[in-house]
This record gives sequence, structure tokens and C-alpha cells, in this order.
Amino acid sequence: MMERTHKDHAQLSDVFNEDEPRVNWHDETLWWVRQKRDRAAHGIPEFELLRETASQIKNNVLSNLSDYLVQFEANALANGIIVHWAANAAEHNRIVHSILEKHDVKRIVKSKSMLTEECHLNEYLGGQGISVVDSDLGELIVQLAKEPPSHIVLPCIHKKKEEIGEIFHRHLGTEKGMSDPQVLTETARQHLRETFLTRRIALTGVNFAIAETGEFVVCTNEGNADMGAHLSDVHIASMGIEKLIPKRKHLGVFLRLLTRSATGQPVTTYSSHFKTPRKGQEMHIILVDNGRSAQLGRKEFRNSLKCIRCGACMNTCPVYRRSGGHSYHNAIAGPIGAILAPNLDMKEYADLPFASTLCGSCSNVCPVKIDIHDQLYKWRQVIVQEGYAATVKSVSMKAMAFTLSSPALYRFAGKSGRLFLKYAPFAVSNQMNPWYKQREMPEPPAESFGEWYKKNRN
Amino acid sequence: MNGELVLMNNERRTMDNQAKNVNLGDSKKMTVGLFIPCYVDQFYPNAGIATLQLLEKLGVDVHYPAGQTCCGQPMANSGFEHLTHGCNDLFIKNFSGYDYIVAPSGSCVLHVKDHLHSGQEEDKALSVRGKIYELIEFLTDVLKVENLEARFPHKVGLHQSCHGQRGLKLSQMTELVAPGFSKPGYLLNMVKDLELVPLDRMDECCGFGGTFCVAEEAVSVKMGKDRVEDHLKHGAEFITAADMSCLMHMEGILRRKKSGVKVMHIAEILNAG
Ligand code: SF4
Repeated sequence: MMERTHKDHAQLSDVFNEDEPRVNWHDETLWWVRQKRDRAAHGIPEFELLRETASQIKNNVLSNLSDYLVQFEANALANGIIVHWAANAAEHNRIVHSILEKHDVKRIVKSKSMLTEECHLNEYLGGQGISVVDSDLGELIVQLAKEPPSHIVLPCIHKKKEEIGEIFHRHLGTEKGMSDPQVLTETARQHLRETFLTRRIALTGVNFAIAETGEFVVCTNEGNADMGAHLSDVHIASMGIEKLIPKRKHLGVFLRLLTRSATGQPVTTYSSHFKTPRKGQEMHIILVDNGRSAQLGRKEFRNSLKCIRCGACMNTCPVYRRSGGHSYHNAIAGPIGAILAPNLDMKEYADLPFASTLCGSCSNVCPVKIDIHDQLYKWRQVIVQEGYAATVKSVSMKAMAFTLSSPALYRFAGKSGRLFLKYAPFAVSNQMNPWYKQREMPEPPAESFGEWYKKNRN
Repeated sequence: MNGELVLMNNERRTMDNQAKNVNLGDSKKMTVGLFIPCYVDQFYPNAGIATLQLLEKLGVDVHYPAGQTCCGQPMANSGFEHLTHGCNDLFIKNFSGYDYIVAPSGSCVLHVKDHLHSGQEEDKALSVRGKIYELIEFLTDVLKVENLEARFPHKVGLHQSCHGQRGLKLSQMTELVAPGFSKPGYLLNMVKDLELVPLDRMDECCGFGGTFCVAEEAVSVKMGKDRVEDHLKHGAEFITAADMSCLMHMEGILRRKKSGVKVMHIAEILNAG
């Protein structure tokens, strides 16, 4: 639908939908996660109040971001943490690299961090001859498969366990045909143990950073962030500047919401606080902007920065469930990815805000109450105004607008063999009529309502 | 005739009082402009006729302004809101004279409520936005209907169209931790011999989505097939909704698979028998 030759959500979804049983499996797997989320949410009566509170705390953060950042930096420095500022992905990657160079380290262990995905850190470091091992089980699987994650919380949710067995067989030497999750997990553990023991630098993401105390919190279920950080000489934590919360007392609100929304658990297995480096350890924090200030300046889109990356909007999204994470061709998939990505590159991601029916389920599950589907609508207007919609579509839209703003033309179009069909919403890009491929057209009745009314009521 | 009617008062509270008069048989004071969305007009006139007859049966003074076309939603949802001025002005011209505007389509009503603007007459646009109602909410909230003379001896699956449900709040949404309610369900329960079938996914989108249905053909169709399957699995003979566009999409899928199950706008069921 867009005038572009590169990746496009509709085309990628087309391919994903060639295997219908697989689409069913993907849909049902994620729907199951959504149902777990519902049960967890309904388990606490004050859930909606929590969402509202979280939303207000984050609104406050966004309105005072610069102050909180300065406060956080001062407190982190006082705690003995080394603080870096990165304006964009390239700067972030260079900072990481310079720390590795300083310590003459060629191999690092990383726990899951969507920010490093966003910055394409693995590829960058790979190019510098540095090997990165992802220590999160799901991340490890997609890393071995040489694929990007398809989901921000469940990176390999698009892989069936048999496929994971095959990857392990090829890369980690498990028996062919072995797909018992327990065996696979144990194999990964053994593999990672060696990694944890031999890597001197560990990189983690950050879920929350507390301005008041200068500490940061990392939430994982596997404890791999702790393993990495505690066994290494140097701990690097990368965080987007929007991860701040004002005070430690606010943390409870977010910890209660995060995993209930993400996977339906009451809380993550490990919520680890990092405040000061242990004796002899070096601790770095990289504060990354990478488009966030620009987003903050877009009045209608700024509150997308409230996102705590729980993934609930993906699990509930009926489009995501049936198109897969890779169809969004962006580090962050699903509805939230579709409102964040155009901020970074409007042309490249012009298709994403259109990959939605605007059903609104995403906004309803979002624990920080981002008006996701309204922002999708607004991005559409911006993208069209900026000239990124295909010409062919613009022309038929103009024809339609013209017909519909003139009653006489409209009646004529209707009467003359229901020419209206040509301009109907579902037949606009009418080259091969995509409606008809798998659906019958409505049968034109003998007379329109308008004609009936004229005969029967006037 | 349209446009000349004097807008008595566009304050909702006052109008609610007027609405109560309707039930007392004093319908003279209130006029309703009937908005029949373009695709309903062209393809599903029966849904429009049922809406009109139902309102007339309930003693409402309904008029259908002849010069109407479309609310502009198909363009706006595709990112072409800036092309909708012509539609908007026409809409305001046709409807600003009525006390209420009623339409049998949740998504068109939501669009008007949220996005109708006017270059010259923004006050009129605002007034139109405040007095447009989707048929179901008009019946339950303004007319406060308590019983209906309707009979429909069939098993019916109720599709919650997203714009009506999540946009206009016609029903509670499964995502929220809040007490349940369903305005269309409430009305369907008044219909004699009608059996509502349960669904596995109470409020999943059908995948129509305006131009989404052609721009994202594969996902749209897959969503539609899955939605239809849920109704079939539970033995529905009819799938109904307050939005004909969802039904048009599901009908296309049902007919392609040569299913005997039919779609029917909720107005036709509430007006049946
Ligand atoms: S937008 Fe909301 S629901 Fe989606 S990942 Fe972010 S916090 Fe979670």
C-alpha cells in the first residue's frame, strides 16, 4: 500500500499467513498469555487504580524529565556509578565499545535489553570483532537462529519447541529430535554457566531507574542479569532516558503492574536493585536518547514514552497475533512499535500505523494507559500529510472524497450499476480487488435506502 | 425540510428530559435526524428501514435528510482526514437542525463524535458531535426502552464491534477490571424466543477496519475467519452487530465458505416479528 520497495507489514503478513495452522498456533499461544494477564489483573480489585496511578507518575516524569535526569545522575555519581550520555544509537554503541577496549575485552555476556536491540549493538560489536552472548534463554535461541526477537518480552514466541530443539541440536549438540523443554533449558544453562564464569564484562538493560536514590532495577525471571552482573568485573547498564521514576516508593506500583500485564505473574522472579558497584567492580550507566527527546516534543505522541515494555499490547493485538513480530520489521513490534518507530524513521516505518484495525484493545490493556490506538490514527494523518502514502491511494481517496461531498454525484454513482462499489472503503485500492480474493462482495439490493425512503415516506 | 427545524437546546441534560417525554407519548418536542451511512444506504437498505421503523414504533419523530452521503470516516481512518471537509460541511448542513442524530453504525457515530470539524462553523460541528447517537445507545440511554414487541426465534451470536464497544462503550470490555454490562445484550434479551449463544472470545475484533480490509488483506481475512468460526462453533444461526461494516466483512467470508449462517443488523432483529 505504501510506495516503497522495501519491507512492508502487509507483504510480510501475507507470507506469515501462508501457513494457516501456524498462524492458529501463534494466535492461540499469545491469546493464552492474554488470558493469563486477565486472570492476574482481575485478581486485584484496584487494578484500574494502579494503572491510573502509574500513568500519572509517568506523566509527571515526562513533564519534568530533565530535572529527574540531573537528579538521577548526581545520585548515581555519588553512589560510585560512572554515568554516560548517548544522543543516539551510534553513540551508545561507541561508548560500550570504548569501555570494552579500555579493559581489553573481546567477549561479553548480555542479559535481555530491548534498548541494545534498538541500537543494533550486537551487529556493531560483531563488526568490531567482539562476541556477545545473550544470556536470556529466549534471546539466546533467536541469537543462535540469527533472527531478531519477535516480541519484547517473549523473544522467541514465534518458534515451536521442535524448532528450538533443532537449533539446539545444531548449535549446542543436543540429540536430534530432542525437544523436551526441560532438557533444552538444562542444556542452555550448562552452556551459559561457562559463559558467565569466563566473561569479565556484563551488560544489562534497565527496567526502572530511581531519581531519588540513583539506583536502577532490572527485572528478570531467569536471574541471568544478576548472574552476569555479579560475576563480572564491569557491569554496563543501558537505559532509555524515559525509564526514570521519581522515588523508590513509586516502584511498587510498577512492579505490581509489570508482570501481571506481561505474563500474568504477580511479580518477576528477580527484581534486582543495583546501587553501588561492589568492591573492585566498575559500574557504568549509559543514558540513551535516540529519538526520545524528539518524541517528547511531539505533543500528540509524547506519552508513548510512558511505556514500560510489558508487551501486553502485543499479546492482545489481533493483528500482531496473526502477523507475527517480524512483520513489523522493527526491534519493537506490535502496537507500541508502530507508534514508536515512525518517530525514528517516518519513511521506513510509514506502513506500521496502518497495520491496525484501531480496535482499541491495546490501549485498554496498557498498564500505563498510553492511548495507543488514537496515536495510530494520528500517525496516519501525519504520514499522509508528509507525503508517504502511495499516489494511487491518494487519487482514489480524492475521488471518493469528491463523490461523497456531493449528494447528486453520490446518487448518480449509486444508481449507475452501483458504481459506488468502486469508491467503497473496501474496494479503494481496486487493482486486483483484494476484497474478493477470500470474500464475496455484498449483493447490491434492488434499491438503496434513499430510494426506498423516497417512495415510502415522502 | 431539514435544516429549518429549530434546534431547541443542545444541552444534553435538557434533552434527556425531553427524551423522557417521548415515553410519555409527548414526542412532538423532539426531532431526530436519521443518518444512514453510505454503505448501509447502498448495500443494506433493510438495516436502514428497520432502524427507521423501530424508531417510529417507539413514537419518535424521525426524518431522513435526503442530501446525505457519508461521515468521512473511510478517508480519515486512512490518514486523509484533511480531505473530509466537504463531507463534514454537508453533514453539518444536513443534521444540525435536529435535536438528536441517530445512526445504525457505531463506527460512523464514533467518527463524527471524535473528528467532525468545520472551518466556518465549528460551534455547529461541536453541537452535532454532542447530539449524535448510535441506535443502541439512543434506545437504552435516551429513550430508556424497557421492553420491545419483537420476536426472533433463533440462535444468535452477538459480535461486539470495536468502535461501538471500546469507542462508544456500548458494552464492558474484557480487558478492564470493571463491572460487566452490555447495551446490545440488554435489548436482545427483550426479544422473544431469541437465544444468545456464548462465545470463546467475547470481544475480539473481526478484522474489517476500513481500508485495512484490503490493504492488509491476509490478516483481515484471517481475523474474520476466526471470528466467524467462534460463532459457528457455538451454533449461531445468525451473527448480529450494531455495525454493518463488520457484518459485511463476515458475510463475505460466510458466503465464500457457502455457510447457511446469516448476518443481520441488530435493528432488524429488534424490529422483527
Ligand atoms: S505500550 Fe503499554 S502495553 Fe504496550 S508494551 Fe508499553 S506499557 Fe506495555
